[in-house]
Amino acid sequence: MYCLWCQEEIVPEVTWTTIFKIQGDQKDFCEQCKSKLPFIQSPTCPKCCRPSPQEQICPDCLRWEKHPLANTLHQNISIFTYSLFMKEVMSKWKYRGDYEIIYAFKKEMKQKLHQAFQHKELTIVPIPLSKARYKERGFNQAEAIANFMEKPIVHALERIHNEKQAKKSRRERLQSENPFRVVKDVFGHVVIIDDLYTTGATLHWAASLLKQHGAAQVDSFTLIRS
Amino acid sequence: MNSSPTNLLSGKLLLQQELPFSEKEIQSFIHTGVLQEVPGIKEHIFGFVCIRCGNQKSHLFGAIPRDDEEIVYCRKCIEMGRVSTCEPLYRWTGAKLQMPQATEALKWKGKLTQFQQDAANQIETAMLNRARLLVWAVCGAGKTEMLFQGLAAAMGRGDRICLATPRADVVRELEPRFREAFPNITISALYGGSPDRDEGSPFVLSTTHQLLRYEKAFDVMIIDEVDAFPYHADQSLSYAAKRARKDQSSLIFLTATPRTKLKLQSNLNLIPTVFVPARYHGHPLPVPRFVPCYNLKKSLKKETLPSKITNWIAEKRNANRRFLLFASSIAAAEKIAKLTGMECVHASDPERVEKVERYRNQEMDALITTTILERGVTFPSIDVAVIEADHQVFDEAALVQIAGRAGRNAKDPYGDVVFFHQGKTNGMVGAKRMIEMMNDLAKRR
Repeated sequence: MYCLWCQEEIVPEVTWTTIFKIQGDQKDFCEQCKSKLPFIQSPTCPKCCRPSPQEQICPDCLRWEKHPLANTLHQNISIFTYSLFMKEVMSKWKYRGDYEIIYAFKKEMKQKLHQAFQHKELTIVPIPLSKARYKERGFNQAEAIANFMEKPIVHALERIHNEKQAKKSRRERLQSENPFRVVKDVFGHVVIIDDLYTTGATLHWAASLLKQHGAAQVDSFTLIRS
Repeated sequence: MNSSPTNLLSGKLLLQQELPFSEKEIQSFIHTGVLQEVPGIKEHIFGFVCIRCGNQKSHLFGAIPRDDEEIVYCRKCIEMGRVSTCEPLYRWTGAKLQMPQATEALKWKGKLTQFQQDAANQIETAMLNRARLLVWAVCGAGKTEMLFQGLAAAMGRGDRICLATPRADVVRELEPRFREAFPNITISALYGGSPDRDEGSPFVLSTTHQLLRYEKAFDVMIIDEVDAFPYHADQSLSYAAKRARKDQSSLIFLTATPRTKLKLQSNLNLIPTVFVPARYHGHPLPVPRFVPCYNLKKSLKKETLPSKITNWIAEKRNANRRFLLFASSIAAAEKIAKLTGMECVHASDPERVEKVERYRNQEMDALITTTILERGVTFPSIDVAVIEADHQVFDEAALVQIAGRAGRNAKDPYGDVVFFHQGKTNGMVGAKRMIEMMNDLAKRR
């Protein structure tokens, strides 16, 4: 087994469990690389999962409460913050297109989803990519995350505008029009999946649409809360 | 400069995103038969091969799941853009690139020593005959200047030349020297993030990584510091260097410390070899002194330095000598820096380039470093010490190179080289022996 990040060989520790457990084809980071990942530590903001003292609602979410899209997104769950190392990892995964890196987060993602929603019946909706971007990258990062959730996936959304979000300022993002349209109706409890929660604009737009089209409650799950 | 498709694409193997043309233009090139699509990943009996970097290790291939079938991609060379079963490479099959025949390209007016002149003649002959040659020249022999004569002759014939080296630092250091010597020749200097682009230059300076983008491009290939990391450890780089040469081409290795395999080939006369045992200033190489320091590890653990080392530092400071201290690891370098209050530099230091520049400009008198400064850098008049010279990162080649940092100035040719150790290793003894052998060889001739 080799580390997905530094390519060094990982020699698993020999214990009774590892002897008797059949070792599948695990793909992971080595201990050292894993220790550099910025896991979110509680206390966090109960709305968006950003680290926040005494579980106060963070200033970002207070601002959202005054926005027309308030109360569309119930809660966001994330695993990591956005450190310099995480930026490097994300850029290799998304922009270089090294798909395999996602396997390193498989265990944490499943755990976190289970922790947050237990055995509730969920519908997973990944945030879509535009066709041009999908062709360029070869995969949709939100779908890659969604594939690990072992829950029914519904591709309910489609992009209308291009998604050069990263190049927009906060204000521009919050004011722009809804970049999605609904192509399939949903119902019940929906969890939207994306890779990053930055201002929350993308997820709020998606949530408001899904609520209009039949969802009872909309939460979101992202790899990173920056 | 003429940016015709021939100039831009000839001798290269590129991804679609690297082609400076629109999709429509690319399609028309393919249609007229001047551009060929080559599969990026090929399947073979036990797995896959990456056509760009030659990678065959199964753990360095990744798969992207798709509804119909999965896309296999190479993880080894992904930093240069993804090659996959869906992302092919493109090869120019149109008109061949013609290099201008540059007469009197060399404007360098220096003079070579006898040793250098002998080597320069042999290099010229090898380039002319499209032959292989190993130039085994000690650190500070003046390797770059020895190349000038042969390069000028090759440029006169209209050869396309590449000088590749494993280290970007070395490319950056060589670039201004070649531009000064050949002011009328277009030179492209290529390394990760370099501003230059190669649009059919007759002379390309490149890191060995960048050669992954070439195929049958060069008549003369010079590989400087062949034994340096990562070239000797990474098979894809020698694969790339081989593919970048034309079938009929000259291959010249430059090194002060060939690895065992190359040394053996040289001893068996499988590769013609020319020795340059003396430095350009004619003085012998400084021979390292071994200073045992058996309490080194213990002292470091107790956050102190052995008195032998502190005395050496004090001695240098009193004599107003500038020096480099080599440490075995980043952690060790940082620890010693803390204990002595000096600055340290290592590969993951964001200020790496600035610090070395400050040391070069004599704004600092001392610098602690890991093996990153072992080769390719010249500080005119310094002493060096290696702390924990018995550590495994300091093999024979590294120690010879480190010793070669001292005494490079003609005005101050005797540097002090000290290995602080906790027991002699083969590497240390071998390094000392190699230096003495070269000094001997220089004396006898």
